[in-house]
Amino acid sequence: MICLTNDPINPTKLLEQAQSPEAGAVVLFLGTTRRLTGGRETACLQYEAYPAMATKELEQLEEEACRQWPLTACLIAHRLGAVPLGEASVAIVVASAHRSEAFAAGQWLIDTLKQRVPIWKQEQWADGETQWVHPIGKITNNE
Amino acid sequence: MNVVVKLFAGARELAGRNEVSLDLPPGATVGQLREQLIADHAELRPLLSHAMFAIDAEYCDNETQVPETGEIACIPPVSGG
Repeated sequence: MICLTNDPINPTKLLEQAQSPEAGAVVLFLGTTRRLTGGRETACLQYEAYPAMATKELEQLEEEACRQWPLTACLIAHRLGAVPLGEASVAIVVASAHRSEAFAAGQWLIDTLKQRVPIWKQEQWADGETQWVHPIGKITNNE
Repeated sequence: MNVVVKLFAGARELAGRNEVSLDLPPGATVGQLREQLIADHAELRPLLSHAMFAIDAEYCDNETQVPETGEIACIPPVSGG
């Protein structure tokens, strides 16, 4: 299941969807808005997506993860718009019979999402300045 | 041929618009599109050398031929998550 939403992410709901009698391990990753980056204070993060392509890329990630590991559930949710301090911009939930596959798939999913999925964050600094985050040197093709 | 390129995030902000239209020779590649975009919109240069492009929501490389129809998007380095 993949989802792009403007609403707050509810991790409990995602966990409920991932739990099943077939799963012996359920791993949840949340990416949340942090107050300090390099000593500078963030007021809020703002996220923008190329929705059609982001959806497609997230579906591909889910598919690839399910091919690579024997998962019983794989859920990815990304929030768009303003994400206040402490709240989640992204949630990844993976379930499998044993924990090592769930941890590995979860790590791969968030790392690959950050390299590939056309979503961008804008820092809204506490001093009032705004800045799009475009990490140079992290550009990867779809290979 | 005339093509429209969608812009996002920092690229959208630098150009001050959601999309730009470009004149390209028929059969032009994505690499040529990138050069033309820089020529027409110098303000995009710092981002464009690091940006990817997508055609119909699929990443492509500089050698890919730009289609006459289809959705073309400039994808500056992503920062989701």
